[in-house]
Amino acid sequence: MEDIIKKVFLFYYEGFKSMTVGKRLWLIIFIKLFIMFAILKLFFFPDFLKTNFKSDSERSNYVIEQMTSPINNK
Amino acid sequence: MEHFNLALVDWSRAQFALTALYHWIFVPITLGTSFIIAIMETIYVKTGDEMWKRITKFWMTLFGINFAIGVATGIILEFEFGTNWSNYSWFVGDIFGAPLAIEGIMAFFMESTFIAIMFFGWNKVSKGFHLTSSWLVAIGSNLSALWILVANAWMQDPVGMHFNPDTARNEMVDFWQVLFSPTAVNKFLHVITSAYTYSALFVIGISAWYLIKKRDVIFFKRSMVVAATFGLITSLMMIITGDESARQVYRVQPMKFAAMEGLYYGQTNAPLVAIGIFEKAPNPNNPKAKEWAAKIEIPNMLSYMAALNPHAFVPGVHDLVHGNKEQGIVSYYDRIARGKTAIQALADYKAAKKAKDTEKADASLTVFKKNYKDFGYGYYDDPHDLIPNVPLTFYSFHTMVGLGTLFVLIFILTLYYVVKNKISNMKWLLYIALWSIPLGFLAQEAGWMVAEFGRQPWVVQDYMPTLTAVSNIDHTSVMITVLLFTITFTVLLIAEIKIMLKQIKGFKDGGH
Repeated sequence: MEDIIKKVFLFYYEGFKSMTVGKRLWLIIFIKLFIMFAILKLFFFPDFLKTNFKSDSERSNYVIEQMTSPINNK
Repeated sequence: MEHFNLALVDWSRAQFALTALYHWIFVPITLGTSFIIAIMETIYVKTGDEMWKRITKFWMTLFGINFAIGVATGIILEFEFGTNWSNYSWFVGDIFGAPLAIEGIMAFFMESTFIAIMFFGWNKVSKGFHLTSSWLVAIGSNLSALWILVANAWMQDPVGMHFNPDTARNEMVDFWQVLFSPTAVNKFLHVITSAYTYSALFVIGISAWYLIKKRDVIFFKRSMVVAATFGLITSLMMIITGDESARQVYRVQPMKFAAMEGLYYGQTNAPLVAIGIFEKAPNPNNPKAKEWAAKIEIPNMLSYMAALNPHAFVPGVHDLVHGNKEQGIVSYYDRIARGKTAIQALADYKAAKKAKDTEKADASLTVFKKNYKDFGYGYYDDPHDLIPNVPLTFYSFHTMVGLGTLFVLIFILTLYYVVKNKISNMKWLLYIALWSIPLGFLAQEAGWMVAEFGRQPWVVQDYMPTLTAVSNIDHTSVMITVLLFTITFTVLLIAEIKIMLKQIKGFKDGGH
């Protein structure tokens, strides 16, 4: 089992190491993922229903209220 | 309707459209090039010719760059569902949950495992195992596209579900009906074949650049043969599936169908406007409005396209808004009245449940169920607000169809001249092939605009209009994220395209 894990690890390790176009590309990917998860998701994209309501029952009541009394977003 | 914050709706839509546009730059190339690479590798394994291995590796590198730069751009869409479209996410939750969960699992296990073997496994695993991995990457990435397209198809043609008035959520009652609805099947086939066509243009266009530069001619002629053959087959399939999709649209979204053809007044023996220019957007209330500055029509073709009957009646915008008793079409005025009844019945049902008035709750629920199929119409007072942007839908549709036809011609000519070994002399064709890469992207976006603008104002056809789908948030925060997103992703996109171009320009086949 240990042998298989080592083989798989080496397979990926050597693969990444031998990549020729990779370095700048990986940098861009990491910048993108950082912006997406550490900035956009954290500060700009909270889950509206999860953050504002504690239970599914509250969430469904809220959505039904929104659907039946369309006087929102004042 | 005047109570809704339309600025919030518009900014949220702009944000979603922008994100989808960035996402869709990369996805179609991934979907198609994965198959083109698998075909190239199959030829290598069958023939043992080392040049085919180098060809496979070259396109695999471009596939890898495209895959890497496109990775995770779709996740932003999921962020937006939770933040900007929370009412919608809640309303459709159970329908979307299953397909997207399957997509996540499939994408992770199939793509990430076999992509590693595809890139790192040369000379480490057997030829056969490597080839199998390449095919599995292609199949896996296309299967993951299946689920998101099934979810989108459900929004256009909501079947196999039941709305639970206690939870305000749709619950899936028939998974297979959702998966195999004619709209879902056609949408999936049409979108993936169009993505394959775009990918073939991508390969042909880059190959054409090398031929123009007289570099590695045999290498890229071989690439062209595979891509042109693949493109010709898939573009013909794209036309067939597009034709079938049109019939589905006619059946489930007649307003979108009327907008696609700029048909304001329904008719039997309806002609197809092959080419047309609107003088202005006519008022459906005014039959004397001048609709066209110029048009070329094909007699009876629209009736045939819609119902496989050259004499069939095709409803226009006016028929849908005002109704047509003779054709059994209920007017939007009536549907709005029923929708308002359904919305009120849902409110009464919830109030009665809260007051523990079982009798009133049951009576309200009966009224709600009876009128539910027109629920979404109840948010409107003026039926004309239920008409999509007709000129935009018309032009997008005709741009898509025109370019699709052009691509078939490009594939035929490329294949002919490359097989005859005359392609290097056909400079005009090589330049057209090169410029067909952005045209392919334009066709992709035009198709998406037909699907998404044409279905407005619906986010879920007939049940949820876009304006009720948005969260109750401040629209300035959406404006800020649109701005941030545009700047950040444009800068990253430029950097990524530079890497791609550097890789293309710097290539030299080392096998000579």
